[in-house]
Amino acid sequence: MIWVNQIVQGILLGGYYALIACGLSFMFGVMRIINLAHGDLAVLAAFLVWSIVGYTGMSPFLALAIVLPVMGGLGWLMQRVMLERSLRAGMLVPLLTTFGLGIVIQNLLFAYYGADTRSLAPAIGDLAFDSWSLGSQIYISHLAGLIFLVAVLLLGGLQLLLARTPLGRAIRATAEDPDTAELVGINSRAVYAAAAAIAVMTVAVGGTFLGMRATFGPYAGPTQLIFAFEAVVIGGLGSMWGTLFGGIVLGVAQNIGAQIAPNGFLIAGHAVFLLVLGVRLASGSAIARGRIRALLGRSP
Amino acid sequence: MKGGAGLSIQRWTPLSVVSVGTLAVLGVVLAAGPLFLGANAIDRLTTLFIYIILATMWNALAGYGGLVSVGQQAFFGIGAYAAIRLSSFGVGVYPALVLGAVFAGAVSYALSGFALRLRGGEFAIGMWVVAELFHLLVNLDKLIQGETGTSLIALNAFSPEHRRDYNYWLALAAVAALVALMYALLRGRLGSSVQAIRDNEEAASSLGVRVLATKRIIFVVAGAGCGLAGTLWLATSISFQPATYFGVQWTAYMIFMALVGGLGTFEGPILGAIVFFLMESLFGASGVWYLVGLGATAVVFALYLPRGLWGTIEERFGLRLLPVGYRVMASGSAQLAARSDAAESGGDSRAAH
Repeated sequence: MIWVNQIVQGILLGGYYALIACGLSFMFGVMRIINLAHGDLAVLAAFLVWSIVGYTGMSPFLALAIVLPVMGGLGWLMQRVMLERSLRAGMLVPLLTTFGLGIVIQNLLFAYYGADTRSLAPAIGDLAFDSWSLGSQIYISHLAGLIFLVAVLLLGGLQLLLARTPLGRAIRATAEDPDTAELVGINSRAVYAAAAAIAVMTVAVGGTFLGMRATFGPYAGPTQLIFAFEAVVIGGLGSMWGTLFGGIVLGVAQNIGAQIAPNGFLIAGHAVFLLVLGVRLASGSAIARGRIRALLGRSP
Repeated sequence: MKGGAGLSIQRWTPLSVVSVGTLAVLGVVLAAGPLFLGANAIDRLTTLFIYIILATMWNALAGYGGLVSVGQQAFFGIGAYAAIRLSSFGVGVYPALVLGAVFAGAVSYALSGFALRLRGGEFAIGMWVVAELFHLLVNLDKLIQGETGTSLIALNAFSPEHRRDYNYWLALAAVAALVALMYALLRGRLGSSVQAIRDNEEAASSLGVRVLATKRIIFVVAGAGCGLAGTLWLATSISFQPATYFGVQWTAYMIFMALVGGLGTFEGPILGAIVFFLMESLFGASGVWYLVGLGATAVVFALYLPRGLWGTIEERFGLRLLPVGYRVMASGSAQLAARSDAAESGGDSRAAH
């Protein structure tokens, strides 16, 4: 029974990983950028929500509604000021600039908020600890269930956005070939900036739920980046529903690892990630399909 | 080497002969350093040598090989850990420091078949995960006592004065040997192959470049080099705390040094290490703002000065102190076209696609 419980909890944890990972997956699918500041942006959003809640006493969900456009603007700005130029300079430069940006964000957060870890859990009342019981030993916390639901809605929403809306069509066209997209009247710069804004807004949602379900500090970002990246890669880089699947695999592996040994949580997660990568390399299939078709779950 | 129609290929300039000679003399002078330098200067120079090793290794990977690793701290940490383990088995402490680096090289060889098949960002974060995993596994060793860490106690057999000089000489020998080795490798056939791979892997492969074998040499030397930097760091600080040695800040420093000095130039990272060393001495005490400055500087250089300080100097003045590339010269001494040198223009062609 304890194993069943660990697997159930692992699946729920996977929902959180999918939530934190979907912006990373989206950005890679559209711009081919792996944003190494991803985790730090999530932590930044968590701190912003925490500050607003602290000053006004409003619900973190309402505070998130304020932070969302701010983070969207930041994503837009990041694309225009930094990533656009990085992309022109080759494949490696975006890695270097986003890594540098991550260091700047971490240390600015440290300078402003100090070393204390914070949490949004006190601000969400009963939601932080209420749970449904399934049988005698399995409990599903309301928060974990909510996070899983939000992850599914967000991934589904991104999928719909790409598949059904004019903006989604423009994003897909630009992702395939920005120059040709320009020929048919698409402003690819604006499309990339919009995609970056959307990606960073999803990061803000992930960061807020990070703050609700756990504690966070200024240097919590890199760990979130690694988990997000592991979820994305296990699920197949650039595939939206794959990200949910990858998150679940990662969460289940970590929980089973934790059940085996006290240090097993992280070790099992990293090991499964490297194993999946190794198996894919050995079988010769491309890991990074990275095309927008893959993003929509169609075979390229 | 004679080309057609009165063209010749030049590899050395008189200036570069002088500069290599100067470096050799500098090495001899530095070797005598403990005779005329104070204890503090010796300690600081030892640190600088370690930085130069790290910067040169990272630049060989990223600047020449196109391999951006966010996980070189894996080798830095595993080298130091291996030295502690070997010392606990009774191996002499200084041999253990060198063998620790050999072990790091062996680990990088074992990893290479897997890691080098990853592309771009996958390689970057894949290596980071490897470093995290090594960190967790090292923590499992009872000797290390988890994050508490341990010390290289065997070093206490030497008095602090002797230890300082020995560490200095070991670091000097290491930086001289590794920089010379990297220089020889990059000037040779390997240098052209690896840059061809960096610029276009498929094209290089179709020309008969053995992609994996070529990348592997750079990767293993860089792994052993970072391992040696780790054991040298251990020799100077004595204590081993896994979180310090396996921390991603090492990669941040390496990126900073290579970018500011000049990614893909041979001299650049050495200059970058000196700049980093000076900045740390001047501003390191201001802690968090210093780190904000490092990150921001790296971003600005990556965006606006992708060839770094040295690359800019090189372009402006046509200086090549330690040339690894080729220059096509007309039969006189006039240079045909400054940027026609095939190997060294890698940075530009990379910017073009």
